[in-house]
Amino acid sequence: MLTALYVMLGLALLLGLVLGYSALKFKVEGDPLIARIDAILPQTQCGQCGYPGCKPYATAIAKGEADINQCPPGGDAGVHALADLLGVEYKPLNAEHGLPKPKSVAVIDENVCIGCTLCIQACPVDAILGAAKHMHTVIASECTGCELCVAPCPVDCITMEPIAESPANWKWRYPVFEIKPESAVMRKTVS
Amino acid sequence: MNAIVNLSALIRRKLGKGGLSSFNGGVHPPQHKLESTSAPIRQVPPPARLVLPLRQHVGNVSKLQVAIGDHVLKGQLLSSADGQVSAAVHAPTSGTIAAINNQLIPHPSGLPDISITLEADGCDEWIARQPLDYKAISKQELLDRLREAGVVGLGGATFPSHIKLREDARHPVRTLIINGAECEPYISCDDMLMRERAAEIVRGIEIMRHLLDAGRCVIGIEDNKPQAVAAMRAAAADSEVAIDVVEVPTIYPGGGAKQLIKVITGLEVPSGRLPSEIGVQCFNVATAYSVNRLVHHGEPVISRIVTVTGHAGRAGNYEVPLGMSIRELVEFAGGHAGEELIMGGPMMGFNLPSADVPVVKATNCIIVPDSAMFPAPAPALPCIRCTRCADACPANLQPQELYWFSKSQNLEKAREYEIFDCIECGCCSYVCPSNIPLVQYYRFAKSEIIAQDRAKEAADIARERNEFRLKRIEREKQERAQKHAQKAAGAKTEAAPADEAKKAAIAAAIERAKAQKAEVTPKNTEAVSPGVAAEIAEIETRRAEVLAATATDVRAEEKQSTEEAK
Repeated sequence: MLTALYVMLGLALLLGLVLGYSALKFKVEGDPLIARIDAILPQTQCGQCGYPGCKPYATAIAKGEADINQCPPGGDAGVHALADLLGVEYKPLNAEHGLPKPKSVAVIDENVCIGCTLCIQACPVDAILGAAKHMHTVIASECTGCELCVAPCPVDCITMEPIAESPANWKWRYPVFEIKPESAVMRKTVS
Repeated sequence: MNAIVNLSALIRRKLGKGGLSSFNGGVHPPQHKLESTSAPIRQVPPPARLVLPLRQHVGNVSKLQVAIGDHVLKGQLLSSADGQVSAAVHAPTSGTIAAINNQLIPHPSGLPDISITLEADGCDEWIARQPLDYKAISKQELLDRLREAGVVGLGGATFPSHIKLREDARHPVRTLIINGAECEPYISCDDMLMRERAAEIVRGIEIMRHLLDAGRCVIGIEDNKPQAVAAMRAAAADSEVAIDVVEVPTIYPGGGAKQLIKVITGLEVPSGRLPSEIGVQCFNVATAYSVNRLVHHGEPVISRIVTVTGHAGRAGNYEVPLGMSIRELVEFAGGHAGEELIMGGPMMGFNLPSADVPVVKATNCIIVPDSAMFPAPAPALPCIRCTRCADACPANLQPQELYWFSKSQNLEKAREYEIFDCIECGCCSYVCPSNIPLVQYYRFAKSEIIAQDRAKEAADIARERNEFRLKRIEREKQERAQKHAQKAAGAKTEAAPADEAKKAAIAAAIERAKAQKAEVTPKNTEAVSPGVAAEIAEIETRRAEVLAATATDVRAEEKQSTEEAK
């Protein structure tokens, strides 16, 4: 009776030590869930979700403080991806946080810019180049289209311009077949 | 091991004639090559107006080197290669730059792109041309010249050739394959080029072989072009290097790079890899021809052979200056440029957005269709899972699976089934009994995946930049705090000695002032008469009295005021 108890006690101690050691040895830095949620988010850093960036929003989702449908730039596809990852039900985007817009870049009207650097301080990805009392300009390839620079501009010289379609970024369309009314087809073949 | 090697050699011998291998699938569409091979290549005089897009190749848009109003000579550089994966554009005739703006280009999107408009002056005056002694200059120099001359793959992919011709120490090229298969129906520009300019193609091949240091050199030509084979054999026999001319069986898409490599060498290019990684490099015959024109004649790429066929009065092959309007070309060939024109072949080509687009480096064929040639496709019916497409696929894919995934926009699954190995040859659509436009679905899925990947890449960069910014702000904050703390600590420790020094300095100054005052005695009271002296003394005593009186007054007043304040 007592032997069995000692054996169990010994086992418990041994396993506890192993577990405690591996918990220290194989400790995972940071929360992998946050990183996985963050990977789905579009990294616009726009703050439309109500958090100061994508990472804070990802942290809030991981903690269960925020809903998955607060990211308009991620769109419906983003909500679906988050729902799949977290194993929760899909929800349509919450209109309170804004609606998805076509991807845009900020453009500074360089004739109007007074060089106040307010937009540079607002840009979350350092995509605006300039110095005090010198003209600023947007590095278009780095701009995420977050619109955070628009509001601080005291002379309203920043506009958001949707990215135009060009042969370089053009996409093949989903095949759709025009159904022509029969009379039109007939007329065409007759003529 | 030996047994396996012997067996594989036996199988290879059994598979095809002359030690050739074969690839899975493929189709035999009607060839329609005779329409355009009855007449020799005809020269097209430069038209009055040429439009040259800056993006005529895979890679970066070339960098503009001219301005509106500049007069340029034939062969002069208009825009230079920007970065490694890029190619230059040259003036196909002499004239004046009339405009640099967005113009419609031959692209399935139908979108305009930046182009140079050249008004010809009619003189067709060449710039000074310097042939190169390619054996005397270094290989790098020769590659730079190819890059500057705008030499790209003229088989249709327009990939800059200087990159493929670079020697790679990790993957030495053992076999150089020159692609003269031209498997697609209707197209005959390579066939006619080989028939008429075989010797010049061989000169180009010699240069390519020199650059790559390839051990073996093979020209692959489909066996439906006996005249081209004979011409190339004769030219190859005259060459200083050993060049094999191999007849490959006529089957579409036998001219695809991976398929031709499989047929000639028996090697399969692994999924997602380049032919150079298995020691093979493949070029089109027209590319070899343009290499020769550059090296032996000093001419950049300013024209190409274009097949104009179909419903054209004088169907045939034309040597066309790049930038010529396709409408003018079709009319020159006796055709009517109606609503629909096809650039490329019937299998892989696309409908041009308009006839008013220029001939570019990728333009190998223009088909002027009529309703009898290509009747409107029958409506697509549901997939019946017959897997005929899988039998026909030359890339060993499962087209029916790819179709379902593309149709349902299940892009991850499509990628898993290697949609990027699809060469968009159209064999699957050709054999589909349900008339499903399969390739259109694959193109859609591919471009969606590419767009997603680009967005992902951009997001990763944005994340990195944002994290860096946050780190920088944190660091600056700490630095500022540290500075403030340092300043505060410094002020306390230095304050005491500074004050004492100040006090000492003030005391010293007071001392000095006192000493000065003591030294200075009025000198004008010494040499005076006794009467005056007595008067002065009297005044002095009066002054002292007055001073004493006012002093007591002031003290009394002060006392009073302080008492009042209390």
